[in-house]
Amino acid sequence: MRLSPDEMIFWQYGFFKLNATIVFTWGLMFVLAVGSKVITRKFSTGMQRSHWQNLLEIIVTGIEQQIEEVGLSQPRKYIGFLGTLFLFVAAASLSIVIPGYEPPTGSLSTTVALALCVFVAVPLFGIEEQGVGNYLKSYMKPTFIMLPFNIISELSRTLALAVRLFGNMMSGAMIIGILLTITPFLFPIVMTMLGLLTGMVQAYIFFILATVYIAAATRVRKRKLGTEAKQ
Amino acid sequence: MLIDWFTVGAQALNFLILVWLMKRFLYQPILTAIDKREKRIATEIADADKQKGEAQKERDEFQHKNEELDQQRATLLSKATDEAKALRQRLFDEARQDADVMAAKRMETLRNEEHDLQQAISRRTQQEVFAIARKALTDLATTSLEARLGEVFTRRLREMDDQAKAGLAEALKTATGPALVRSAFDLPLEQRTSIQNALNETFSAEILVQFETAPELISGIELTTHGQKVAWSIADYLVSMEKGVQELLQEKVKAEPKLEDAQPETKNQ
Repeated sequence: MRLSPDEMIFWQYGFFKLNATIVFTWGLMFVLAVGSKVITRKFSTGMQRSHWQNLLEIIVTGIEQQIEEVGLSQPRKYIGFLGTLFLFVAAASLSIVIPGYEPPTGSLSTTVALALCVFVAVPLFGIEEQGVGNYLKSYMKPTFIMLPFNIISELSRTLALAVRLFGNMMSGAMIIGILLTITPFLFPIVMTMLGLLTGMVQAYIFFILATVYIAAATRVRKRKLGTEAKQ
Repeated sequence: MLIDWFTVGAQALNFLILVWLMKRFLYQPILTAIDKREKRIATEIADADKQKGEAQKERDEFQHKNEELDQQRATLLSKATDEAKALRQRLFDEARQDADVMAAKRMETLRNEEHDLQQAISRRTQQEVFAIARKALTDLATTSLEARLGEVFTRRLREMDDQAKAGLAEALKTATGPALVRSAFDLPLEQRTSIQNALNETFSAEILVQFETAPELISGIELTTHGQKVAWSIADYLVSMEKGVQELLQEKVKAEPKLEDAQPETKNQ
């Protein structure tokens, strides 16, 4: 039994390989990019607009609003990264309705890659906002004793991010696979619907946690500036 | 092994490429479009507000002008009404004056007509009386009217009262020329002689007399000398008749204006 689409390898040359994870990811990327391009090509700035344009506008403004509500005052700066995280995970989850498809997020490699991206992006956004010194100092707050705990927290939350998404997506796929062998018709459909729901929830969780981490990394300085202004 | 590090790297790279693609094809166009739309809406709202303000301003201005026009109209109307009243009064006065003038003229014409009629009646009456008298005298006696007139005149001379006689005698004495006897017709020699005799007898002197014909004396004879006059004519008899005729006409004239006054009143109503 296959636990991850990584195990389905189409082509391999030494270290390089082309497995199902990468192929499905490319498929998703293609659909997302080409779909966006096709829809935004005929974008109107007037009051009359197409249904697809409305849908995309609702999604994008919804993401923007969510980022702002979490506490990032300039959502447009982060929407490229955070929005893509949400859309990629959501698209990967929703595509499970396509027969023969396996979500790339069901591979621990993908989720680790996404978690690593977040892991790198958080300090980058933090440094960009506060500067290197200030950002590094934030690890020693309230006291330097907290430094190892902060580092452990940073690593563990990245791991948790990766494993949570992988576990959920993989378990969903596994349950459907197992149920197909037991009750072939009705039950897998119900579970697929449940999988769609959990997939969306996971996409939201991944997106919102990443937003919260970035917000936490960039907000320290602002809070400090706020207190200085009050004094 | 659940983690394949090549796949991890490839997926990380794929994700970064996807981030770039999404930024390029999704977020940027959508956010730009939304910004443009918001800007456009804001501009339209601002324009609408501006237009509304202008419309309000224009409406106020229009109302103000309207009020001004109303006031002007009212002023002009009252002025026109006053002028019309004044004009009406003036025309009324003029009409009344004209009517008065016309009435006066008419009265004058009426009076002239009355006068003419009176004269005509007088003349006619005189002529008629003369004709009647002539006829009557002719019928009654063989003596012609002229002869009778001469007789009457002669008798008058003889029967003059003393005062008149004295006045006439004085006049005859002081007169430089002969006494003038005028008659409406040529007196026959017999009558002339009779008058001459009567004068001579009455004043006891030879009085120079010149006879003249004056048609304006209707059937009459008069003697004039130095401002004194003895006359007899049918006209004397006609005076009473003339008076009677005049009274009759005056009554008629008085009755007519009353009728005329009543007519304009009915017209005015």
